[in-house]
Amino acid sequence: MSTIFECRCSEGIGGLFPELDVPAQGVEQLIDPLLVRTQLLRLPDLSEPQVARHYTALSKMNFGVDDGFYPLGSCTMKYNPKLNEDVASLPGFAGLHPRSDVLRSQGALQLLFELTGLLRDIAGMADVSLQPVAGAHGEMSGMFLFKKYFEARGESARKRILLPDTAHGTNPASAALAGFSVTEIPSDQVGMIDLKALEEALDETVAGVMLTVPNTLGIFEANILQVTKMIHTAGGLCYFDGANLNSFLGQARPGDMGADVFHFNLHKTMSTPHGGGGPGAGPIAVSDLLADYLPVPRILQENGVYGLDWDNPDSIGSVHSFYGNFLVAVRAFAYILQLGDEGLRTVSENAVLNANYLQERLKKTYPLPYDGLCKHEFVLSGKGIADGITTLDIAKRLIDYGVHPPTVYFPLTVREALMIEPTETESKETLDQFAEILETIAVEAKEDPQLLHEAPRNAPVRRLDQTQAAKNPVLTYPFDEKAE
Amino acid sequence: MRYIPNTSDDRREMLASIGVSSIEELFADIPSSLRENFQPLGLPMRSEMEVASMLGTMADRNNSTDAVCLLGGGIYDHYVPSIVGHLLSRSEFSTAYTPYQPEISQGTLTAMFEFQTFVCELTRMEIANASMYDGATALAEAVLMAERIRKKGVVAVPLSLFSHLRRVLDTYCWATEIEIHEIPYKEDGTVELTSLPEELSAIVIQTPNAFGVIESLAGLKDRMGEALLIVSCHPLSLGLLQPPGAFGADIVVAEGQSLGLPMGYGGPLLGLFATRREYLRQMPGRVSGRTVDADGNTGYAMAAQTREQHIRRQRATSNICTNSALCALAATIYLASIGSAGLRQVGELNLQKAHYLADGITAIDGYELAFSGTFFNEFVLNIPGDAAVIHDQLVQAGFAVEAPDDLRAVGFENALRLAVTEKRTREELDRLIQVLGGIR
Amino acid sequence: MAYPTDYRYTKDHEWIQLQGHRARIGMTDHAQTELGDIVFVELPAVGTSVQKGDNVATVESVKAVGDMFAPAAGTVVEVNDGLESSPETINSSPHEGGWILVLEISDPAELEDTLDAAGYESFTAGG
Repeated sequence: MSTIFECRCSEGIGGLFPELDVPAQGVEQLIDPLLVRTQLLRLPDLSEPQVARHYTALSKMNFGVDDGFYPLGSCTMKYNPKLNEDVASLPGFAGLHPRSDVLRSQGALQLLFELTGLLRDIAGMADVSLQPVAGAHGEMSGMFLFKKYFEARGESARKRILLPDTAHGTNPASAALAGFSVTEIPSDQVGMIDLKALEEALDETVAGVMLTVPNTLGIFEANILQVTKMIHTAGGLCYFDGANLNSFLGQARPGDMGADVFHFNLHKTMSTPHGGGGPGAGPIAVSDLLADYLPVPRILQENGVYGLDWDNPDSIGSVHSFYGNFLVAVRAFAYILQLGDEGLRTVSENAVLNANYLQERLKKTYPLPYDGLCKHEFVLSGKGIADGITTLDIAKRLIDYGVHPPTVYFPLTVREALMIEPTETESKETLDQFAEILETIAVEAKEDPQLLHEAPRNAPVRRLDQTQAAKNPVLTYPFDEKAE
Repeated sequence: MRYIPNTSDDRREMLASIGVSSIEELFADIPSSLRENFQPLGLPMRSEMEVASMLGTMADRNNSTDAVCLLGGGIYDHYVPSIVGHLLSRSEFSTAYTPYQPEISQGTLTAMFEFQTFVCELTRMEIANASMYDGATALAEAVLMAERIRKKGVVAVPLSLFSHLRRVLDTYCWATEIEIHEIPYKEDGTVELTSLPEELSAIVIQTPNAFGVIESLAGLKDRMGEALLIVSCHPLSLGLLQPPGAFGADIVVAEGQSLGLPMGYGGPLLGLFATRREYLRQMPGRVSGRTVDADGNTGYAMAAQTREQHIRRQRATSNICTNSALCALAATIYLASIGSAGLRQVGELNLQKAHYLADGITAIDGYELAFSGTFFNEFVLNIPGDAAVIHDQLVQAGFAVEAPDDLRAVGFENALRLAVTEKRTREELDRLIQVLGGIR
Repeated sequence: MAYPTDYRYTKDHEWIQLQGHRARIGMTDHAQTELGDIVFVELPAVGTSVQKGDNVATVESVKAVGDMFAPAAGTVVEVNDGLESSPETINSSPHEGGWILVLEISDPAELEDTLDAAGYESFTAGG
């Protein structure tokens, strides 16, 4: 696929902006000549039809949730309601400058205030900040809150975070950002955190634990209350990664489980689009212990008037330019308003039903390391399907059948892992088709393995050489190559 | 519920095949006390039409389309070509996720590659990533990166940095225990670099700075010793202004909202991040790299992934996972639509109109530019009178102008900052001058 | 691939060829197979002194990172510069051409806890 830089250039096309309507002054009079650009500027100058064709063609080389089944485990690729797109583009929202006078931003502030309250109640916790703009950003903010909390208590020696070996990579990375070291706790034979190992690891240097509930194996920690109690008794705090909230929306609340920080992934649970990798939003809910340290500004309401509260000396400060990803918050707000309590509950019911249904059928063909009730996702293994066949081969062959592969090679504790999360917005028919495809691939693996090794064949490109991409990375269009 | 395709028959069949009699049984693994303590929100289910109406009412309470926007400070009211929104709304782009399976993500990956190229062309740096959350976190991560490379524990930061960038930087530096040394500014508004400490991991310069003044980066890099030069710049000015890469910048960051994004009450935004090729392994964020497929055709895949959290975990260059991909796509389409000619043109429109307004206002008795330094599309005015009162009168007259509080906080008793973009017509500017002239 | 019997091995999948106080160190065949195509090697500077257990070099493949740890305290006296342009040598010749660095070791006794070829083979078979 060629890039925009390879399109035939037109001359300066113009037509977007009107002519200057004020008397022009010489640029050299307005700007010091040393500061005027003399460097190359190789942006293509194209007509609008060329731009339209190019990006339309690119879009057809992509696969989104609207194209087909997208069972990426832990990503919750549910359908993105189009109403959300419409409300997020309302000029009153999209056209609002963040430095607008507070009295002229009442609608936006009201939305932020109300969403804060809704998320706080969904979490069952004391307060919420909408500032973090991604799950990892929420994790980082949570770790900053931990640090502030212990600093305030003179317990800065608490420098260790415990996390299970099934943790998502962002967890230890976020802890490290805040200066914590991480200790991995093994999972037991049923895939839950090993209580004994956890107990042994607990001492006065532990700041707390980072857990995903249910965990990345799709298994709900049966001992969650015991775990959080152990951590609190030892003087630590509990961080909950809320990536898997889709599994217990409307059923239970992380606040009741003992969470001190809980992050939402609005682009997962709350249906806002994933955008090819972002933007998302990672608001955090906190317990009483941490509410004072939340980022500024906080959104407040007094006598029906909404405002921004910057006055919070104990705050960790800010983690974003302004108030978080407002237009993402708009989408999530519309979604929650549409669903209501009944709708939220129906989400987790159907998500969990779909996952267990698929698990029950697929375990007949693929190894299922943890065979029991799962929540909204489950992990299979591609090991032993056939000689010389890896999960990667299976994933690439799925592409030929028009399905997006599940998450592969994660969590790290399962060899040749295939993490499948159907979500509630898929029909039984789609699930049956998917199961049939996977069953067919298992047969192909034994009878005609070349089909897998050479997959994908029905994609815009064949299997890509990732080694070459990694070895001498070419990260920008090589303009000079053309001259050769 | 509208978004759930399963019928009750489907559910019955699925329950039967699992071997349970009710959905309730599928939640038996959640401790019963948690189920009992659950409290609903007290929200009814609502129709799409109702919710559309509710949100419409909220949006109308924002009076944003009435006022003539002169707000700036990193976020600007720019014209976005119609084509951007249309192409961006293609669901193949918006409903896809991170391109972990490159063979079916060539749209995203090719666009990322184009975006990286655009950022490098604008800034004249060697490599760029596929986006950070916003200009503030991009700057914070640049400082963290410089600290990883130089390990001096101190960075120099100008007092003329936007307050929202400084606030985020303060938080990240507190968390990572990096000390901030403040750089004052001269009378003309540019940075005063004569008495910097010897040992620094980096020096941060913002240009144009918080006062709108363009900094001269000429010769700076040579006087910095080992410290890395981090420049936070304004991407839309780079059609007109010499880019930081020409002056030896080591890391360049920016807020990319001006490149085709709505103001959106401050989010989502777009962090640009570019650096030298030799620092690739220290650079945070995703990158798309060119490669070939099994047939030898050109394709794109995520490159240098071993820097990232999903592989390096606690030793990753950053914890960033989800970034601002769709916003980067918007910027890519915007730049493809305006081209180099368009970028120069929009830069000139901003420059000329801002100076026209400044000249018109400073012709009024008592109004002066706070700084003599060259500016692009934003400037600070000293006000003859109570800036808060003048501000309110401008608002009454239908102009959105930033309140003087931020400037007061840094010692400007009576000043206002105004930003002028290509969208401001001569009529609007003349009326503003007239209103100010009429205030006594 | 057979494991040279005159080498010592660590549980971190490194091999050591000891000549007096000089220890030539590399990655075992088992490790390079696990890592996959190697694309980058981060070598220490000659002259760096390390303690036992220090992370002395890093080997990167497309999908993973392999850390090399100093099996004993010492000083880096030689590094395999060829790996900069041809990191894949570790894949094709892990025990010979793909050597990574040479450490001048202060106390060879620190290597007593390493395995011999047979010991390493059964270690990897079990793991």
